[in-house]
Amino acid sequence: MDPECSQLLPALCAVLADPRQPMADDTCLEKLLDWFKTITEAGSSLLLLQENPCLVELLCHMLKPQDLSSRVLSFSLRLTGVFAAQEDCFQYLQQGELLPRLFGEAGPLGGAAWTAPTVRSGWIQGLRSLARHPSALHFLADCGAVDTIFSLQGDSSLFVASAAGQLLVHILGLSMQGPADGPPSLQAGDWPACAQKIVDHIEESLRSAATPQITQALNVLTTTFGHCHDPWTRVLWVRLSPLVAGLLEKDPVPAAHSLVDLLLSVARPQALRAQAFAVLLQPLACVLKATTQAPGASGMVDGTAGDSVTVDTLLPSKAACVGLLCRTLAHLELLLPLPQRPCPWPQASLLGAAVTLLQLCQGSASPTSDAGRHLCALLLGCVRVQRAALDFLGTLSQGTGPPELVTEVFAVLLEYLRSPDSSPTVLKKAFQATFRWLLSSPKTPGCWDLDPQALLFLRELLPVLQKRLCSPCWEVRDSGLEFLTQMTGRWGGQASFRHALLASEVPKLTEQLLRDPESYVRASAVAATGQLSSQGLCVSPASPEHLGGQQKSPLSELLHILSTDSEGFPRRAAMHVFTQWLRDSHADVVGDTEEFVAGVLQVASQDLDWEVRAQGLELALVFLEQTLGQPGSPCPYAVTPPVVAPARPLAQALQPLCRVRLFEFAFRALFDCDRPVAQKSCDLLLFLRAKTASSSSPQEARISPDVASVEAALQRWQAGDQAQPLGDLEPEVVLAVLRSMDLEGLRGALAESSDHVEKSPQSLLQDMLATVGILGENEADCY
Amino acid sequence: MKLYCLSGHPTLPCNVLKFKSTTIMLDCGLDMTSTLNFLPLPLVQSPRLSNLPGWSLKDGNAFLDKELKECSGHVFVDSVPEFCLPETELIDLSTVDVILISNYHCMMALPYITEHTGFTGTVYATEPTMQIGRLLMEELVNFIERVPKAQSASLWKNKDIQRLLPSPLKDAVEVSTWRRCYTMQEVNSALSKIQLVGYSQKIELFGAVQVTPLSSGYALGSSNWIIQSHYEKVSYVSGSSLLTTHPQPMDQASLKNSDVLILTGLTQIPTANPDGMVGEFCSNLALTVRNGGNVLVPCYPSGVIYDLLECLYQYIDSAGLSNIPFYFISPVANSSLEFSQIFAEWLCHNKQTKVYLPEPPFPHAELIQTNKLKHYPSLHGDFSSDFRQPCVVFTGHPSLRFGDVVHFMELWGKSSLNTVIFTEPDFSYLEALAPYQPLAMKCIYCPIDTRLNFIQVSKLLKEVQPLHVVCPEQYTQPPPAQSHRMDLMIDCQPPAMSYRRAEVLALPFKRRYEKIEIMPELADALVPMEIKPGISLATVSAVLHTKDNKHVLQPPPRPAQPTGGKKRKRASDDIPDCKVLKPLLSGSIPVEQFVQTLEKHGFSDIKVEDTAKGHIVLLQEAETLIQIEEDSTHIICDNDEMLRVRLRDLVLKFLQKF
Repeated sequence: MDPECSQLLPALCAVLADPRQPMADDTCLEKLLDWFKTITEAGSSLLLLQENPCLVELLCHMLKPQDLSSRVLSFSLRLTGVFAAQEDCFQYLQQGELLPRLFGEAGPLGGAAWTAPTVRSGWIQGLRSLARHPSALHFLADCGAVDTIFSLQGDSSLFVASAAGQLLVHILGLSMQGPADGPPSLQAGDWPACAQKIVDHIEESLRSAATPQITQALNVLTTTFGHCHDPWTRVLWVRLSPLVAGLLEKDPVPAAHSLVDLLLSVARPQALRAQAFAVLLQPLACVLKATTQAPGASGMVDGTAGDSVTVDTLLPSKAACVGLLCRTLAHLELLLPLPQRPCPWPQASLLGAAVTLLQLCQGSASPTSDAGRHLCALLLGCVRVQRAALDFLGTLSQGTGPPELVTEVFAVLLEYLRSPDSSPTVLKKAFQATFRWLLSSPKTPGCWDLDPQALLFLRELLPVLQKRLCSPCWEVRDSGLEFLTQMTGRWGGQASFRHALLASEVPKLTEQLLRDPESYVRASAVAATGQLSSQGLCVSPASPEHLGGQQKSPLSELLHILSTDSEGFPRRAAMHVFTQWLRDSHADVVGDTEEFVAGVLQVASQDLDWEVRAQGLELALVFLEQTLGQPGSPCPYAVTPPVVAPARPLAQALQPLCRVRLFEFAFRALFDCDRPVAQKSCDLLLFLRAKTASSSSPQEARISPDVASVEAALQRWQAGDQAQPLGDLEPEVVLAVLRSMDLEGLRGALAESSDHVEKSPQSLLQDMLATVGILGENEADCY
Repeated sequence: MKLYCLSGHPTLPCNVLKFKSTTIMLDCGLDMTSTLNFLPLPLVQSPRLSNLPGWSLKDGNAFLDKELKECSGHVFVDSVPEFCLPETELIDLSTVDVILISNYHCMMALPYITEHTGFTGTVYATEPTMQIGRLLMEELVNFIERVPKAQSASLWKNKDIQRLLPSPLKDAVEVSTWRRCYTMQEVNSALSKIQLVGYSQKIELFGAVQVTPLSSGYALGSSNWIIQSHYEKVSYVSGSSLLTTHPQPMDQASLKNSDVLILTGLTQIPTANPDGMVGEFCSNLALTVRNGGNVLVPCYPSGVIYDLLECLYQYIDSAGLSNIPFYFISPVANSSLEFSQIFAEWLCHNKQTKVYLPEPPFPHAELIQTNKLKHYPSLHGDFSSDFRQPCVVFTGHPSLRFGDVVHFMELWGKSSLNTVIFTEPDFSYLEALAPYQPLAMKCIYCPIDTRLNFIQVSKLLKEVQPLHVVCPEQYTQPPPAQSHRMDLMIDCQPPAMSYRRAEVLALPFKRRYEKIEIMPELADALVPMEIKPGISLATVSAVLHTKDNKHVLQPPPRPAQPTGGKKRKRASDDIPDCKVLKPLLSGSIPVEQFVQTLEKHGFSDIKVEDTAKGHIVLLQEAETLIQIEEDSTHIICDNDEMLRVRLRDLVLKFLQKF
């Protein structure tokens, strides 16, 4: 700790200990704690306490009966934990009986302060910090803390309850680290006392009839197995699995979702996996059964799924039904990509269930039983389930399915895309799922084109997309355009796709949406136009019957947007498109690349949006790389190979950069008021300097009057006066200026966050004292 | 209390409620779907329609070929279109005291009722209902009268012949009651019988019941009605909406505590959400126009069109349609657009506040001002010189059987660039299109029906909790095409009572109380006696005077001096005797104590039997039986008056007298 802080600390401790000086802002306490954590991580806590006795005084002060604020008390408990994490410091605090008095029965635990959740939370976090060494374990056992933690698992505050569970996991792990000679046996006597106590408690909870207790135990186990894979956890599982298996046999299964979480986190229990999976699948089996006539046709779960009684138990009310189905779908979605997912994976049944679920929500399913009709009434028009089911359906596209089911998938997706009742968010998910299914549709070997079925689907899809692009709801137009961009990016080069798209109104509508009143839509239209134009799919200009009369090229359309659009999003999108076009050597750009780059940079440099300026630097970098002959990310599909000119003299190579005024743009950006722009420019110039360093020649290094005037201008720029332009720059001058600039220093300065001064601990302490008026600034006014 | 159901159409109801000596007609809707069986009336001579082949029976008999024409496999009556009237035989309509109108769509049969049945009562409706109703009737009359048709077909209606016809003519119901349209004179006469009312205004009917219109949120001036007496309340809910459109929101709270709630006029397309449909409407409109096609919107001149114009007002700029002309063609277009702007007090809050700015409440004023929306009484005249394509045309009639729409169907039907978008839910669009087949133009069905759907009904019923619900039978089961959709029916407890055309329902509640006033001087003379804490009784001797359904207790006249020589004496002349009144008794007889008292008075051999209603005390020796029940006591003893009187006095000891 630096001396300035040491000096301020006693006053601060006095403020904290004084109940009459309420600490208004508790984020200060958090920052203070963070600071102490940093100090103790770097050095000895014991030394810190010895050098700053005020700290121990503060902690001792907490033991006196008084009206301390619960925040300060909580802070002190946590601070004690931070100090006691080091064993020598722990011993030091033990000697003063400070620890048992703070964390034992005599402390806040027995007092009125305990009613405040923040104090209970502080108590738990303090223990969590100090429980790092064997001495701490003895302490925990002696002061009876473990029993208190057990009871806190059911605390009314969710934060406290959750922290208590995690603390148990931590203590269990710590106590099992002790015995070094391999994992313990199954015998109870073999386990360290503390661990034994916790495991006994878990066993007892698992046998309990009360679901909350079972849930608590399951959560502790889930966290344990999720975080730790030491050999002892395997023994623990062997010991507890009969109890867990017992839970699975109950009907209904208690705390089903916590149980599933546990079984998912334990990759080992092969035997139970199928059973656990069945529990997870039960709601979907009900759904599937709702519309199938033949018993057992579900292929998922036999038995009672789909009976009225089961449906009533599992899915009694709309809220319960929706909640359970959404959780189930989310679980399955997470499970799907995992290597330990159950095998065989019932892909077909899950597909069927997802399709049925979507149909039930839409009212297009035909339920075959009363339970089915009940489900239908509950789910009709439910947006949450629709969204979850569409996400899930999209994820299922990674696997295959029987062809007739895949046909059904496309049919239900089309139904959603067509339905006037699909909400904008549902529609967006439907577009996403559709794209994923199109991606996964079977491909003819050696050909990237869409298969006949997908193509047939596409022909039906395009009129729908067309209509969606005319929707009065901007979110719908927006997601329609995003979908189009994705589709074009993927299949834009394929003949059948091109044919279908060009036969539709979609390209024309996209062009019209560049003038949409909603800026997000314009931005998406810019991206879509960029993609369409890259693939040569834009509408042919100036068709005589076109309403708007003459039509501009996509390039001039986007340039117009970049220079005139009042919103940032479309302009950013235009810059992204331009950068991509330059990278891909787009036909419109290749014609006169220099004019293109010069034009774009000029507009971008005046943009008020820093992201546009930053993107301008990205474009400048691409041009720079292409000019200097080292493409950063070579594009294998580029029509023309990047210009490679290693043999040219450097000055000549830099000429194009000067002609497009790239340096003026970069230097201006270097002193940009927005840090990311300045950083990016700095990186670009450093990159350029590195490139040119090797090939520098003596005559370029001379100091000319030009250089001096440029440097003078730059100094004025840095001071904030950017009115004067740099004028035409010669490559030699640029190189000289670059070499003379302290770019590394600038980069260092930019890397420091703007509030680095205000974030210092000294400033924090001063602020805290200032708020309670200790620093005396205001004292003179008091008379 | 009885309900006579004169119409089977759930959204065009016509019911008669008999309640407390009043006869109240609830709405008089006109079922116009019958016109779908007729050929369209072209405004301009249509060679296609006039050259349709006549229809002949399977055996080649062509005696009907003048009346019936065939078009694309469908058979149509070639005659002036006719409408299906409400039932007129079920109840003598001249006895109807009042007609309550809930909205302008539900009054189209009014001239048939008021002008041809001997009706002498009053019609109650709000001002917008009356004014817009007048516009609808005027348009209808105009559409039909301006295309005079010499021919009138009636042969096909013969029951024996109708059996031989193809569907749907064969299955058309009540064809004998179908009538031609009324005249403007009849309309004016009918409307002159309307008395205007405001929301929440209380209207006394003969002192017997009070009727009150409440805002129903569906259309300008649309109402639900409360019909109540002092102890009974009937709510009539017809065509209500909970969506935020242009009218004042629905008043739900006043419907609470109803004994009976008659529920009609729910949405006709429960599966179509109006918001989605409006989106669909806009998208399809934009797509067509951008492709250079025209859009035809068959519609009524008032109602949803206001909302559509408002949506388009917000949409056309964003969709790049600013240069596309919108035409609204109707004989009443101008009045409709202007009326909508002046009924501020009947509009939703948002629109009301605009009036104070002052701004026109509906943005179609701006559309007209900027020449984006133009309106014409007919396609003849100015319209033909202004007409520019591509364009959007709003015009009637939604049945596609008469009105300017017929011309546009003929004009645009052949090109697949054009689109007809159906927004009115009253007619099946496929049936409406049948006489125009084969058709190249695109057809989009976006029915916009803002009336209550079943989810909203279920919430409403939970909220207002009526004791009984009465509704058309169509609402008590899912639609036939979607029999699994149990959500598409009314679900309430006790189950709703359903009615169908020509049925009479006895409504399931008994009237138990009547309010009687006591004149002050009579009230002053009463001497209440407290029989239990908080409950006092007094005997009243008075004359019950009933006039105009009001009951008043007046002091009895002083005993008339005997005049002698009375010749006639009828029961009704009897003035209650003011001679000594027998005291009234109250209280109950505790059996055990009674038996003890009997024993004390020398009776022995007493036996007590318990019965369902009380006890029987048997005096075996005296062969006497005392039957004690909650509200009566009988002493049965043979020929021993002395004994009876003794026993009676013993019984009386246990009772209070006053």
